[in-house]
Formats: sequence, structure tokens, C-alpha cells
Amino acid sequence: MASEGQTVSEYIVHHLTNLTYGKLPAGSVRFDGSVVGEGGLWTMAHGGQEAGAMGFMAIHVDSMLWSIGLGLLFCWLFRRVALKASSGVPSGFVNVAEMLVEFVDGNVKTTFHGRNPMIAPLALTILVWVFLMNLMDLLPVDLVPGLLALAGVHYQKIVPSTDPNITMGMALGVFILMLFYSIKIKGMGFIKELTMHPFNHWIFIPVNLFMEVVGLLAKPFSLGLRLFGNMYAGEMIFILIAALYGAGALWFAPAGLIHIAWAIFHILIIILQAFIFMVLTVVYLSMAHEDH
Amino acid sequence: MNINLTLFGQMFFFSLFVLFCMKYVWPPILAAMQERAEKIAAGLAAADRASHDLELAQEKAVERLKEAKEEAAGIIDAANKRGNQIVEEAKELALAEGQRLKEAAQSEIEQEVNRAREQLRGQVAALALSGAEKVLAAEIDQQRHVELVDKLAAEL
Repeated sequence: MASEGQTVSEYIVHHLTNLTYGKLPAGSVRFDGSVVGEGGLWTMAHGGQEAGAMGFMAIHVDSMLWSIGLGLLFCWLFRRVALKASSGVPSGFVNVAEMLVEFVDGNVKTTFHGRNPMIAPLALTILVWVFLMNLMDLLPVDLVPGLLALAGVHYQKIVPSTDPNITMGMALGVFILMLFYSIKIKGMGFIKELTMHPFNHWIFIPVNLFMEVVGLLAKPFSLGLRLFGNMYAGEMIFILIAALYGAGALWFAPAGLIHIAWAIFHILIIILQAFIFMVLTVVYLSMAHEDH
Repeated sequence: MNINLTLFGQMFFFSLFVLFCMKYVWPPILAAMQERAEKIAAGLAAADRASHDLELAQEKAVERLKEAKEEAAGIIDAANKRGNQIVEEAKELALAEGQRLKEAAQSEIEQEVNRAREQLRGQVAALALSGAEKVLAAEIDQQRHVELVDKLAAEL
């Protein structure tokens, strides 16, 4: 809810600003009017303005910590299952984990026909990790940031997958794997695929190269931006609904109804997006393994 | 919404978690699941085999029962036959024995008769003597003597 003296747009912008630590370049003006001296200054950004001034040499502390934390949660949960798993009767969370493993294994087996022991664990990591990151979207938008604000931390985005750095980071990781396996499996065939497709004649090499490279680059971008776009839009709607609560007592009931409806719908989205990211990763890597 | 170092941070931790999953999570879970699947398959196969064995055993049991029945019937038949045979033999034996006893009795009777006859023959002389004495004592009457001798002869 918008706090005292904050307009709705300020409230929204505040919610969309990451907690950023980075290097302010020399000569930039700080929030209190002071000017950064020679050599720049590594500091925590106060607001979007400063974060923008930091440019590339900055890190989203909140996204990073939540993302790593959830990744560690995944590792811890599944490592415990791996230690507990036996050929006996499974119980409790072991059942859930085994169901997920079975599900991922089945999906990978139907989509990916090569032999690569990395694909299935990669898919499982993506599915569970992205799901956990998306799941943070279902926490009330003001709960964690509000509590942290009491502790003196003024910016907090708790849904890592609404940060394009996070989703594109994963997509680029997948892209590197795609390139690696394309070259490893196909060798020169990969170059040929880029240059001699779809028109198999040397005259068309520039045209082919352009089309294929665009097609190739579109894969990681669409992969990362799809997840980001969906989660960002979902988060935005949650923020708008939260702002609606602040519009007066009359709006409480409709805001509550919309909130519940959107939250229920969003449960579907967070699972679906995690699944899509996983399946597309497997598909892209499968294409990288297929030698024509 | 700036693109910054977070991108590489995420890439780094992404690869770290994937490696962890690949080394310490996926293989043991999958191995356990496969082991369980094999165990279940083995259990099902064993159950199948056991039911098949049971079927075979039942068939065998039925066969054995049939055989035993046949055997028993054979034994009863043989016993009946043997019993009849024994009865027949006993009958024959009894007949033969009876015959033999009868013959023995007959021959004994004959012997007795012969002995009695011999005895009588021996006594005829004495009787004749006593008869002669009586005739001599009384007067000899031809007519009466003939009658007397006849009477003696009939007494034999």
C-alpha cells in the first residue's frame, strides 16, 4: 500500500526498483546533491536515478540474493531427497521430488534423443529453480519490502524472475551451451548450417547467414524475455491491485476480489512459465545435438 | 531495469546449481528409482512365476490323483480277480478233498465188507459144523435138511 506522501506512480516505481550496488562514475550527482569525485564510487544506489547512472558496473543485490537463496533451497531440498532415496517405499517430500524427477526425465526422453547426462539435471534445475523464483510473486507485494524497509533497506524486489538480468542470465547460459554443443557435435556442419540454409548456394551465403544468425539469436532472447515479460506483467498487476487498496475503503472489496482472481490465475502462470523455460531449453539443446 | 553484472552473476550461479544437480542430485535419485522399478518388476515376475508354478502344481496334482485312482481301481480289480481265483481254487480243492474223502470212505467200507465177508466165510465152517451137529442130533429129513441148508445159506 502506498505509504504517506507517496503518489501511486511513485509507489509503483519504488516497487520496480532493484536494490542496486555498483560504481557511480566520476562526476555523477548523488541523491543529496554531492558530486562523485575522481575514480568513481562503489556504493548502494539511492533510487533508480543512481542505479541508472551506474550502468553495467552494478549488481542487483536483491535479485541476486533471492535467486541464490532459492537456488540453494532447491539444492538442499533435492540433496536431502538424494540422500534419503532408496529402492524402498518413498514418503513425504521424496515422493514429490521423485515425481518431478520422473516428469522431467519423461519430458527430456521424449524431446531429446541424443546422449547427454547434463540435459536432464539441467532441466530439473531450471524447472524447480524458476518455479521457486516465480513463486515469490505470490507473496503479497508489500510484505517483504515493507518488513525490510523497517530494517532500513529501502528497495527490494523479491521476485528474481521479474529482473531481466536473471532471466537473460539463464537464457544466455543456455545459449552458450547451445553454441558449445552445436560446435562440438556438428563441427563444420554448424558453420554450414548457418551459411547454406535455407538456400543451398554460395551466392546466398550472406542472406543465409543473416537469417540463420537472427534465428539463432532469437532463441535465447525469446527464452529469457518470455519469462521476464510474463513475470514482470504479473508482478505489475499485483502492484496495481495493491495500489487499488490504497484508493479508499470503497475499493477494498473489488480489489480483494481481483487480487484473489489474479493470484489464482497466476498460480497457473508461474508453473507454466517454469515448464516452458525448461521445455524450450531441452528443445534448443536437442536441436544443437541434431546433426543433419 | 538495467542490464548489469547481475546477468553474469546469475549465469555463474546457474552453472553452479546445474553442476551440483548433475553430480549430487540427479544420479542418486534416478538410481534409486530405477532400482525400485527393477525390484518391482522382479517382484511381479516372481508373482507371475509363482502363479504359473501353482497352476503347474495343480495340474500335476490332478494328474497324480487320476493316476492314483486308476492305480487303485487296478489294484481293486486285481484283488477281486485274485479273490475269485482263491475262491475257485478253494472250491476245487474242497471238491477234490471231498472226492478223496469219499473215495477213502468207500474203500474203507469195501475193506470192512470184505473183512466181514472173510470173517463170515471163516464162520461158515463153524456154522456148517454146528448145523451138521444139529442134523446129526436130529433125524435126517431130506426135505428138512434142504430147507435147513437153504436157511443157512440165506443166513450168509
